[in-house]
Amino acid sequence: MKTESLWYIFINASLINNFVLAYFLGICPFLGVSGKLETATKMGGAVTFVMLISSMCAYGLHAFLIAVNAPFLQLISYIVVIASTVQLVEMFIKKMSPALFRALGIFLPLITTNCAILGLALFQTNKGYGFIESIVYALGAGVGFTFALVLMAGLREQLEFAEVPNVVKGTALTLLIAGILSLTFMGFAGLGS
Amino acid sequence: MGKPNTPSTNSGFWANLRESPSTDDFIKGLWRENPVFVQVLGMCPTLAVSNTTMNALAMGLATTFVLLMSNMLVSSLRFFIPKQVRIASYILIIATFVTITDYMIQAISVDLHKSLGAFISLIVVNCLILGRAEAFASKNTIGKSFLDGLGMGLGFTFALICLGAVREIMGNGTLLGFGVLPGNFQEWIVMILPAGGFFTLALWLLLFNALKEKRAQA
Repeated sequence: MKTESLWYIFINASLINNFVLAYFLGICPFLGVSGKLETATKMGGAVTFVMLISSMCAYGLHAFLIAVNAPFLQLISYIVVIASTVQLVEMFIKKMSPALFRALGIFLPLITTNCAILGLALFQTNKGYGFIESIVYALGAGVGFTFALVLMAGLREQLEFAEVPNVVKGTALTLLIAGILSLTFMGFAGLGS
Repeated sequence: MGKPNTPSTNSGFWANLRESPSTDDFIKGLWRENPVFVQVLGMCPTLAVSNTTMNALAMGLATTFVLLMSNMLVSSLRFFIPKQVRIASYILIIATFVTITDYMIQAISVDLHKSLGAFISLIVVNCLILGRAEAFASKNTIGKSFLDGLGMGLGFTFALICLGAVREIMGNGTLLGFGVLPGNFQEWIVMILPAGGFFTLALWLLLFNALKEKRAQA
């Protein structure tokens, strides 16, 4: 896999195989926090940060687990690292910006159970990425996640003013938009070749 | 659905076992509080592996197993786990059972393991399981938690099959691998693609919303 250029890894993670719209990872915050543009941007930032840290840790952990011959501990150790990183970010945000802390609400601790982050750690292990490649992959995934979240938030802010039949309101409408976004993102598939 | 058999674990092992499990603990997960259609939990695996009915069924059963086991263990340990570290402990318990499931599926069918891919490991971060541990199992007896886990798990499986069947029939013209539509049917490839997952779930939700609306008017 050493043939993939770093640029390709980045584009692949952020656009072609967007984590939210192509892999269905991180759908919960995608549906939950995409109501307001500002919150969405900051949530994206927090997730990207956690992704970067946990991707680096996952790389080290994987090497260690292979060394001690205990691959079955992979899942457990990854999730512990992610949970502690999230805890760290949570304390940081609480201290720096209480307003943002309130805006993110329950979704901040829930980053722990954001599949995008654990998924990222597992995918990079499966693909056999090196340290630098892992970081680029994490960055790409984070940017892609933020991009999808911000797009969605922008659309939903506009929808506030639209007259929508009662039946469609809520999750169903969000899912329909997500489907159309996902179709749009398929257009990026040509970028890789 | 007959009366669920009450597990014997419910008889006086703990001093403060008062409530006995009721049928409602089991039934509510199937429909009234269906994890996917009503609570909108555990979306990621729901959308990702529902491209064929077989995948949906396997994923549903794997999740049910993990949910059942973690619910029971969390419930039996509920007096020992300190409040401050409960979430971390739950995650560890869940991760253990997911690892077991992962190796089990690999042993049963390598093909299935391949087609589900990383999504088996990702059961760990299924909000449904952590949600049930926190909201139900940590407060209720083992028997009740068992029934709750079973009901929620089967409800989840049911929802996954609803999605998987529609996507497989529309996108591939087959159901469980058997052709069900006439040969000249033009497959809707989009249904198998990621976008199809979003659309199918949206349509099911629309259907339920419409039914609810109708009942409210009547």
